[in-house]
Amino acid sequence: MAIEVRIPTILRTYTDGAKAVDAEGASLAALIDSLDANHPGIKERLIENGDLRRFINIYVNDEDVRFLGGLEAELSDGDQVVVLPAVAGG
Amino acid sequence: MRYDNLLASVGHTPLVGLPQLSPSPDVRLWAKLEDRNPTGSIKDRPALRMVEEAEKDGRLRPGCTILEPTSGNTGISIAMAAKLKGYRCVFVMPENTSEERRQILRMWGAEIVSSPAAGGSNEAVRVAKQMSVEHPDWVMLYQYGNEANALAHEQGTGPELLADLPSITHFVAGLGTTGTLMGVSRFFRQAKPDVRIVAAEPRYGELVYGLRNLDEGFVPELYDASLIDSRFSVGPRDAVRRVRELLELEGIFAGISTGAILHAALGQAAKAVKAGESADIAFVICDGGWKYLSTGAYEGTIDEAEDRLEGQLWA
Repeated sequence: MAIEVRIPTILRTYTDGAKAVDAEGASLAALIDSLDANHPGIKERLIENGDLRRFINIYVNDEDVRFLGGLEAELSDGDQVVVLPAVAGG
Repeated sequence: MRYDNLLASVGHTPLVGLPQLSPSPDVRLWAKLEDRNPTGSIKDRPALRMVEEAEKDGRLRPGCTILEPTSGNTGISIAMAAKLKGYRCVFVMPENTSEERRQILRMWGAEIVSSPAAGGSNEAVRVAKQMSVEHPDWVMLYQYGNEANALAHEQGTGPELLADLPSITHFVAGLGTTGTLMGVSRFFRQAKPDVRIVAAEPRYGELVYGLRNLDEGFVPELYDASLIDSRFSVGPRDAVRRVRELLELEGIFAGISTGAILHAALGQAAKAVKAGESADIAFVICDGGWKYLSTGAYEGTIDEAEDRLEGQLWA
């Protein structure tokens, strides 16, 4: 089961510059583990003390995962996951 | 409707039904026309309230200089109020904001300091905070952390919506400073707690997310995630497509960020239809499209418009 994960510029040092990589997992936590297996170190940049880092936003099919159960958010084949740093609007 | 002066006319905007975009008679969309405010955007509400609260607590006195990081609309609103009240304004704006916004600010007598495009509004906030240390006598209203921003919506936008649409089930607005969503949500959590509060967040091109490190990320001090029920990220393609549909089907000429909000509102409408539920979904028309004509969002194909918006702060 492959899920495309879009990686922001700032984390592409972990993906050899790739903008998007494939990973697997039935939950966001599992997906991040699978991501880290192929791109060691990236998990620590996304997660801190068992939760998403404050300045990291992750979207599943454009919806913020914090409103879908956070790391427990369920994923299915074909979902698109986007990782973005939190920036100011307004 | 008659008012004593322009500032007194802020708010009290019309709520109009959208019969063409609404999927069924049971699932209806309603647009709150915030472009009808004096300077043409929803930001007149928080800007005026922030200025008035700062006057009340004595921070803002005649002859003062107001400093603010803004990508445009908040600055325009503050500049208008400041012109009438006699304050000088200095705004820090990312250089990748539309030329119209700069011209309008200069017209109202504001001074503009440009911050680098890379990093978007984050950089504007950083530069403004630095300038406020160098000029301790300047007053930074700081829309991202000023409770008066949310209060303007809690006491204005929210009650107006409930009065015009007692059957409201959803409220959808843009997420920037988070002031609109926080304020309106606080009102409904008290007055009608089952109203779902939905955020539409613009997703820009990569340049805007070009932080040097993750610790430079930014979450507005006003933001309280518990006041929101869901949050969607909307890219320029969907925003442009929806803003054109709004004009085509309902005759409303809105700014690009409103397209992003409409996209999220239509998502909620589709969900309600699928669940067989009735819904009255109100969303915000933040401003008109005039200030964004030069971005190229309204001409040519969607592909062309999407390309032109790459790297621009379109919301």
